[in-house]
Amino acid sequence: MLIIESLSKTFNPGSINEKLALDNITLSLQPGEFLSIIGGNGAGKSTLLNCISGVYPIDQGRIILDSKDISYRPEYQRSRYIGRVFQDPMLGTAFDMSIEENLAIAYARGKTRGLKPGIRKSEAKLFREHLARLELGLEDRMKQKVGLLSGGQRQALTLLMATIVEPRLLLLDEHTAALDPAIAQRVLQLTREIVSRYHLTTIMVTHNMKAALEYGNRTIMMHDGRIILDLQGAEREEMTVEKLVQLFGLKSGAELDNDRLLLI
Amino acid sequence: MSFLAFQGSVELGIIYAIMALGVFISFRTLNMPDLTVDGSFVLGAAVSATLCSGGHPLVGLALAFAAGCLAGSVTALLHTKLNIQPLLSGILVMLGLYSINLRVMDGRANIPLLNKATVFSLLQGTPLENSAALLIPTIILLSMLVLLFLFLKTQFGFVLRATGDNDQMVRALGVNTDRVILIGLALSNGLVALSGSLIAQYQSFADISMGIGMVIIGLASVIIGEVIFGTTPLLRRLVAVILGAMLYRLVIALALELGMAPTDLKLISALIVTLALSMPSIKAYLIFWKKKHSSPYNRKEAGPDADN
Repeated sequence: MLIIESLSKTFNPGSINEKLALDNITLSLQPGEFLSIIGGNGAGKSTLLNCISGVYPIDQGRIILDSKDISYRPEYQRSRYIGRVFQDPMLGTAFDMSIEENLAIAYARGKTRGLKPGIRKSEAKLFREHLARLELGLEDRMKQKVGLLSGGQRQALTLLMATIVEPRLLLLDEHTAALDPAIAQRVLQLTREIVSRYHLTTIMVTHNMKAALEYGNRTIMMHDGRIILDLQGAEREEMTVEKLVQLFGLKSGAELDNDRLLLI
Repeated sequence: MSFLAFQGSVELGIIYAIMALGVFISFRTLNMPDLTVDGSFVLGAAVSATLCSGGHPLVGLALAFAAGCLAGSVTALLHTKLNIQPLLSGILVMLGLYSINLRVMDGRANIPLLNKATVFSLLQGTPLENSAALLIPTIILLSMLVLLFLFLKTQFGFVLRATGDNDQMVRALGVNTDRVILIGLALSNGLVALSGSLIAQYQSFADISMGIGMVIIGLASVIIGEVIFGTTPLLRRLVAVILGAMLYRLVIALALELGMAPTDLKLISALIVTLALSMPSIKAYLIFWKKKHSSPYNRKEAGPDADN
């Protein structure tokens, strides 16, 4: 499905701010696998997603998706197969356009966008059904501008937009980090529902250790641009947050003193 | 204002409204103030004047549109492929166009079109002869309005509007935003050049300096129109831009009527746009000032140390 071979990325090479963000990462995902990634600030989690999606050019290595080498494809071409939800709720939608217009843009993913009508009646009906499943009441606000929605509603909408045309790979970059706990929980639930409905191959970056273990079927921990722990199967079933914290100290040789990692 | 002056500014307003629609595409849908406009407006006028002198005025309009598209494409390529800032890309193309426009005009700074065939003289001898100056621009403006509205409602139009809002999202949904910007700026400058070509035929001359400050006039039209006539839904917004352009012309005509020197017009345009763009900040200052001075602790009578 997804194969990452010896991927490396350095920011600001040759300068005083040089930072090795990804250090020879090798990782492969089976179809339908739901991987969660945890790690402190600067561990390389987001950089890894951004390298997969083509936001950053890579220095070394290879990214293979569905047996195609996409390492040097531009971002917009990879986006035909990869759905994404960002941390910042502002980044996933066009604020000055209506909910249905946003969905229509997402629904044309991978197709040629020509001079056909932006939204057809049948499409509007389909969008309505999809929105109703979010249970946020958005199906009755389809003509309203996205700028009027709350952060949580926007993230739910972005999640729908990322998956309304089934992606080969779904990338979630701390997509609930900017939300308050109640709506974050709802968005995580929705994530689980949608991922299992379509059996999506998914990578979810999170700073919440509990969510990392609770959601998905495989968890990796990153530190200083490397994968220091890869949990799956029975080992992951028995894992608790406390043990994970201990393992982190053991594997990284560093204390886990990061405020951003939620331990609960 | 005399009826003749009023009629004249309405006619001009209609023609400039086509330019304002072009500026709307770059400034609002792509969120990119595009200074190419000052050059592409003259390019349109130059192409159309040249074709009125030796060719057909209608072909002049069509070729002016095409030339404008080309100019806009160059700006887009400078920005997207060579990563030059949008403002600077526009300035570079505007500067380059000055020389190109002179070449199109065969080295002359001014091409008079007296006694040459224009789209307006096409109606001579028909019953519509007297209203040609109003009729022809209106037909062109309305067809551009309808076409632009329908275009912005297509799949590609959606993407064009979203690119100005959030280009990252558009790329994440599989769209090549470089291409979107290319087509957007091309269409924008096509409309601007079409407006320039109509102006040249309307006033019977093309002049190398007729584009100075044109982008500011376009921005003023967009902003004034939106503030007065509203922004939702989309059709209303487009009509607002058109009305803004006409209102701007009327204000200028009124200012001239009141005895203002024509040479001061550019300054007035600059002031109008400055005022319009700074509205939100001025509002915020006023609210802040009001709050500050409504605090009982800041009043003079509050105490001996209340001297600030």
